Formats: sequence, C-alpha cells, structure tokens
Amino acid sequence: MSTIVQSPYDQPRLRTAAQSEQGPKWIRRLGDFPLYLALFGLSALFCLPFVWLVLTSLKPPAEVFSNNLFPSTWTWSNYSDVVDQAPIGRWMLNTFIVAILGVTAVVFSSSLVAYGFARLRFPGRKQLFALVIATYLLPGSVTLIPTFLIWNKLGAVNTLWPLWAGNLFGSAFYIFMLRQFLLTIPQDLVDSARLDGASFFRIYWNIMLPLIRPALVAVAIFEFNAKWNDFMTPLIYLNNPDRYTLALGLANFKSDFQELGTQWSLLLAASVIFTIPMVIVFFVFQRYFMEGVAHTGIKG
Amino acid sequence: MADVTLAKSTPAPRTRRFSEETVAGWLTISPWFIGFIIFTAGPFLASLYFSFTKYDVINPPEWVGLDNYNRLLTRDRLFPLSLRNTFIYALMYVPLHVITALGVAILLEKARTLKGFFRTAFYLPAITPAVATAYLWVWILNPNDGVVNQALRALHLPAPAWTVDPFWTKPTIVISQIWMMGAAMIMFLAALQGVPRDLYEAATLDGAGPWERFRSVTLPLISGVTFFVTTISIISSLNVFTQGYVMFDKDGGPENSALFVVMYLFKRAFGSGYFQMGYASAIAWILFLIILVVTFVQFKFADRWVYYEHQAK
Repeated sequence: MSTIVQSPYDQPRLRTAAQSEQGPKWIRRLGDFPLYLALFGLSALFCLPFVWLVLTSLKPPAEVFSNNLFPSTWTWSNYSDVVDQAPIGRWMLNTFIVAILGVTAVVFSSSLVAYGFARLRFPGRKQLFALVIATYLLPGSVTLIPTFLIWNKLGAVNTLWPLWAGNLFGSAFYIFMLRQFLLTIPQDLVDSARLDGASFFRIYWNIMLPLIRPALVAVAIFEFNAKWNDFMTPLIYLNNPDRYTLALGLANFKSDFQELGTQWSLLLAASVIFTIPMVIVFFVFQRYFMEGVAHTGIKG
Repeated sequence: MADVTLAKSTPAPRTRRFSEETVAGWLTISPWFIGFIIFTAGPFLASLYFSFTKYDVINPPEWVGLDNYNRLLTRDRLFPLSLRNTFIYALMYVPLHVITALGVAILLEKARTLKGFFRTAFYLPAITPAVATAYLWVWILNPNDGVVNQALRALHLPAPAWTVDPFWTKPTIVISQIWMMGAAMIMFLAALQGVPRDLYEAATLDGAGPWERFRSVTLPLISGVTFFVTTISIISSLNVFTQGYVMFDKDGGPENSALFVVMYLFKRAFGSGYFQMGYASAIAWILFLIILVVTFVQFKFADRWVYYEHQAK
C-alpha cells in the first residue's frame, strides 16, 4: 500500500467488457433504471424507520400511531418534557465521560502494544501475539461474573470505573488492527531515528503515532460508538439513576419514570436525543468510519 | 503474516542481560499482558471454578461438583428453552444478515452515480444505539397500532402480532437486527471493489454470463470477507442480549419465546433475588463450549470454500 489508508472508493473504476459492450451512453443509462429503482426503494426502506422516528418524536402524543408522515403541529415540548421528567443531561454527561475516557485509554494502550508486537523483537513475541488473537475470539459472557466480582471487591460497583477502565489495558481487536498498519511503515525511518539516538519509545511517539493517525481515528470512532452503545456493562454495574448512562437510562425509562403507562412520544424523543450525538460523529468522521469498517473485513 | 518490516535487533552489549530492544518490547506490551492476567485469564479460570460451586457473593463458594451442570441439563426447564431460542434466532439471523448485506453491496457496487448517498442511507441504521433500535421496532411493529400492521391491513394482508405472538417474537428481533446490517455491507462492498476487473473480462471472453461470472469469479474472490462476516454474525447471534431484554421489558417475552442464553445467565447472576454466581457460571461455560465448537467447525471447513490469495501463487 502506498498510503497508510487507501480508500477503496477513490480508485478509478475501469469499465468491464460487459459494460462497454452495451453501446451508447444513453442506452446504458436506461439499462441502469431497474438498478436505481431498486436502490432508491431499498434505501428508502432502510431510512424510513429512522425518519419516521424523528418526525414522530415531534408529533402531539395522540398522533404517535397515526400514519401521517408529518406532525399536525410540531410539538417541541416532547423534548422539554422528557428533559423535565428524567435527568437526561446527567446521563448524557456520564455517557460522554465514559466514552471519552474509554477512547483515550484504548487509543494509547492499544497502539503502544501494537507497536511492540509489530516493530520490536523480543522473546515470546509470537506466542503472546497468538494469545491476543485468542482473547479476541473469547466471548465476554465467560469472564463476566468474575470480572464483576473483582470490581465489587474494589468497591467500584455503582461508579463509572468498570465501564471504561478495562480500556487502559488495550483491546485485542484494536491491537490486531493497528499492528497491521504499523507493519507497513518503512524500516528506514526507524533505522535513521535509531542512528540519531532516539529511544524505542520516542520512535513510537514521534514517528509511528503520527503516521498511523487515520487508523487511530478509526479506532477512536469505533470505541466511541461501542461505549455510547454499551448496555450490558452499565446494566450490571450501575443502580443509581444519577450514575446511569443514556443506554441504561433509556432502557429503564419505562419502568422508572412512566408508572402510568408508556408515553411513546417521550420515549421516542429520548431515543432521538440518544441517537443524535452518534449521527453527528458519523457525519463528521464518515470517511474514517467507512474506511475502518471496510478495512476490518478485508484484513480481519 | 509477514515479518519483513520488523526492526533488526540491535546487538546487545555483553554486560547487560537483555538487549534494550527486548526490554522495550516487554514494556510496550505490558499493559496488555497485565490486563490479560487480571481481566481475561484470571476470570476465565475463576468462572470455570465457580461453575462447580454454589456461590451467592455473600457466603464463600461451596463446592458442589457437577451439580450445576446436572441441574441445567436435566431439571431446568428454562435453560434448554433458552438454548433452543438462541439457535432458532441464529439460524434465521445469520443467513439473512449475510445475504442482505451482500445483496445490497452488489447493487451498490454497480451504481455509477450517487454511490456515497446510498452508502450513507444504508449505513445510517447501523449507528443507531441498540436500546433506541429496540424501542423503535417495538413501536413500528406494535400489533394493534404500529405503522407496519396498519399498512399490512390496508393491503388486506395478514398482520402478525409481532411482539405478542410467541411465534413472531424472534422474527421481530431478526428484522430489527437486519436493519442494522450496514457494517457487513461496507465490508462486502470493499471486497467486491477489490475483485480485479480483468478477471471479469477474461470470464466474459470465455463466454461466461452474469450469473457464471458471479459464481465463479466474484464469490470465490470475496470468500475471505464472507467467512469473516459469517463468523462474527454467528458469534454475535449466540450472544444476543440487549434486543430481547429491552424489547420485552427485561423478561423473556410471551411464553419465554425471547429468552436467550445470555439473558438467562444474566437473570440467574444479577436478577433480583437470584445472585446464583455458580449456576450462572455453568451457563456461561456451556455457552462458551458451544461457541468454541461452532467456531472450530467453521474454521475446519473454511479451506473447503474460502479462497486465500496466497494459495494461487
């Protein structure tokens, strides 16, 4: 690979023989009609639930199950009501704390470990790396209970620590992924830095990290998404509503805050609040996101 | 994997026991190694031990031998049901997930304009948080007033009682999960774009039609990604938890039709009034062994259908 991350979407497409056989451009265009019909139909099917969710969160409560696409009156009060009813701001802050600490921890720890496995030679390296791969395939449910007992012993139940601190020790999947990137960096850069007297840590910090930045961004986004989404960990460790993350708060919304039956319009408004930050992150970093996912499939 | 770019080891001064590089290597991987001991290897062995005990967190664990396993496999009514539910769910989810993602990727790969737009449209559901997705689909598929059933009734089609009828609860979860197939679709798309164009040209010159080109060029060349997507689909479906838990109000749904293994494990370990850590650990180990066998079989049969580029050389 010539660049660190090569986008599969940017490569100029060569026309296949089959395509060039089909004659003048406008006939080809016409031949594409069924394809675009299918694409528009299917993508509408995939987007509709999402659009429907946002529009319905702005409908008056009585219209939650109406089949009109647009609200009769735009009811922004659903959003203020939901914020009044439940400490959504607090939950969002907790989620951000967990996500940001988790992302920072995992980016630095995983890249350092990946650097060791990719670029340094030491006894046991091969065997230990095989262990990294093995842990990636280990289902979390088998370590769940003893891990809970450890945090319980440490008195960390009902704090945010168990939700992110595991990231300080790196994550098998990211170590594997970053190692793939680090292997592509030319050795000349390392050799000349060594001649200048740079330590191995300095090489990691000043040469490796800047060169794999796109991969680090991809890891950061993946982890942000994972922490934002995580439901089981907060469910196990948190039982005080002030400590909840958004995922847990939203899941308990019905039982904790709606004794009088489900108020769907509020529940949907809360779901939108929960989803929006992820959508923003996605659109800002879309390129890294897509490349990271594509890379996972091919190199994974 | 190629180790060509590895640093050449610097010659160690004779006076020191380990070279600077060895020490640096051990230091850089130490965060992972410490975490591995504390949060993986330790808990892994501990849960095996707990699975042979009766343990309620307050009193010390009491050794009961194979009792937990015995009870789970012969006397517990819910555990076999949760296993059955999980398998049925996996059998529906895995093929549908792989085929939908591949199908959409094939269409997208053919598109010449608006590709980015469609890619975003198909990927957007995948970033919706799981808990929000669960509510979204419970609302859309509401048997009485949901949009989907309103539409089905308007078309005079049967309107299933999605979340109420035990037969339809698993398909309900499958639909909500297929909706989020974006990541697998992107992986397939990248793989499809990586198939060398000249292979298609050569196949066409040999008289291959579109279906033959797909079967004998595309499918073998993307089989590595297909294998990866299938593997993660299987593992994630055997670990299904959040959807069932949130959609069915923290319970197993009507007639426990949406009670999955991890939900049952969670209930026994952390459900109010339970705290049966030993019993839950035995559930975890049975699930672990099942996943181990399934993954092993998958890898065993992989060389029959997965094509690796280096084999051709």
